[in-house]
Amino acid sequence: MEWHWKKQRQAARVHSGTDCLVCSGPWTVLELAGVEQAFQNLRVPGRGAVRVELSTVTGLDSAGALLLYDLCCRLERDGRRVSLSGMNPAAEALFALIGRHAPPPHPVRHGRAQGGLEGLGRQGVGLLVQGAGFMSFVGQTAVTASAVLAGPRRARWAPFWTNLAASGYRALPIVGLLAFLLGVVIAYQGGVQLQLYGANMYIADLVGLAMLRELAPLIAAVIVAGRTGSAYTAEIGTMKVNEEIDALRTMGIDPIEQLVLPKLAALVVTLPLLTVWADMMGLFGGIVISNAVLGISPAVFMERVGESVSLSSYLIGIGKAPVFAAIIAGVGCFQGFRVADSAESVGRQTTVSVVQAIFLVIVVDALFSILFSETGL
Amino acid sequence: MSAEVVVDVREVTTYYGKRRVHERLSLRVYRGEIFAIVGGSGSGKTTLMREMALLQRPTAGKVVVLGHDAYALSERESLALRRHVGVLFQHGALFSDRTVAQNVAVPLHEHTTLSRAFIEQLAALKIALTGLTPEAGDLYPAQLSGGMTKRAGLARAIALDPELLFLDEPVSGLDPLSADALDNLVLHLRTSLGLTVVMVTHDMDSLWRIADRVVLLGEARVLAEGTMKQLAASTDPAVRAFFHSPRSRAAQQAWIRA
Repeated sequence: MEWHWKKQRQAARVHSGTDCLVCSGPWTVLELAGVEQAFQNLRVPGRGAVRVELSTVTGLDSAGALLLYDLCCRLERDGRRVSLSGMNPAAEALFALIGRHAPPPHPVRHGRAQGGLEGLGRQGVGLLVQGAGFMSFVGQTAVTASAVLAGPRRARWAPFWTNLAASGYRALPIVGLLAFLLGVVIAYQGGVQLQLYGANMYIADLVGLAMLRELAPLIAAVIVAGRTGSAYTAEIGTMKVNEEIDALRTMGIDPIEQLVLPKLAALVVTLPLLTVWADMMGLFGGIVISNAVLGISPAVFMERVGESVSLSSYLIGIGKAPVFAAIIAGVGCFQGFRVADSAESVGRQTTVSVVQAIFLVIVVDALFSILFSETGL
Repeated sequence: MSAEVVVDVREVTTYYGKRRVHERLSLRVYRGEIFAIVGGSGSGKTTLMREMALLQRPTAGKVVVLGHDAYALSERESLALRRHVGVLFQHGALFSDRTVAQNVAVPLHEHTTLSRAFIEQLAALKIALTGLTPEAGDLYPAQLSGGMTKRAGLARAIALDPELLFLDEPVSGLDPLSADALDNLVLHLRTSLGLTVVMVTHDMDSLWRIADRVVLLGEARVLAEGTMKQLAASTDPAVRAFFHSPRSRAAQQAWIRA
């Protein structure tokens, strides 16, 4: 069992002669690769009994013993009698043990290949099942929520406040920064075009309307989906892996009431507030660029925004936020409950949660646009 | 004792922040023995085992494993040393996205260039050696019972035929039958694979049945060291408190009867 990495490591070896095999070197798992590769093509000339000489083997572990066992089995299948010589008692004991437990040589199994049509079908059914699951989850949440609304003393305030701080207050810097940069980009790109026509003034209309009505709610929702929706999934998913969800149930605590409602409520409150914050920072970005590049003073810019952006546009922007929040929190929690019992599953459902939340937010935003243009708002 | 020293812990001191866990603690583990570390909760048993298993650097002092100063090695040397050390974690620490057989094959794929078929056969052998049925190899960790998880963890720990095997609470959470079976398995593997075993345990029955030597940790140092018989006969009040609880005495009686 002598080993040292500074010495040149020796490899296990095997040589065949007439009616004999000579094994040498360390027959241990780390040095065995060469012998194992040569194994398939190893032939022992002659037809009589084979003597396997092991006196020059410097170490034998269970991997080496297993390979030796395989070798003996193969020779015996070929009708040769095998005798081992030169083994010390410890090696003999190990070899006997391996012989008692050795599984048959493992054929390399390949999973059945899935046809394209089968894959499509499985995916489709999977989506339907998931959709039905989501509907039932939404229903359960609604029932629990109405029970809590009817008896507000059941509401769980502590997790609500924690979630409020985590999903709202701590998201302020990143939401503010990105909204500001978005304002800068729109003002800059739009400003260059408007300047060509001498229509500098309209930059306020452009930035104001685009930010307040569409982009601020959207950017806030996308950031919150990536930041908070994923956290919801990972949190609930990890709790599920640890059987904490089952623990809640056995204590008679409804997981939806304890975990989902505070998160949902917190997000429904914070996302509109974050949207207002994004509105402000976006306009600020627009003001900075308009002032620097187009020479429009902040006062003039704001006056112009007041004239061009109607109150209804502003409220539509903010009004979309609670809907987005419900989607993000709903998908986040739902995917958390879908986690199966592995760490990998937590990661997979978290990814799914973010992708689905952002997808649904954009789809719903498009539906809102159609709805509002049809109703003339 | 003139036997070869496999792990030599020299004056190890460990602090977690300001909390003292070990103060100039020394002990030696010899080749071929089953060495148990016991002590009350928070006495630093698991920390000491982690330090011996190259998982956690002590605040001060030296740990010499298989003749190499464990925390003075280069990355490459440390990696080479780790191949000769197996660890069974308390909760198995099986990779949850792989089957038992795939779990056992992980170190083999990582450290050898053996063929896939042979690795699968070798993994099946280790699974058989730990007393699991061949079908258990295709199960995922979440589908295993407590005893099966420990066995699967053990099968992975001995995948590379380590010289030194660490067991963290091997029988905790097992029913008495499974615990006995696991004790026998450790004894059996020690003899047949020539392992040196270091285990942390609370289980008095295991200590009586399989431990060759035991150290009792407390007050950040080694309170007592010796065979179970020696420790049970000790007159030191701290040692007596540990080894003369009703549970310990019941275990001792059981061992004497057996």
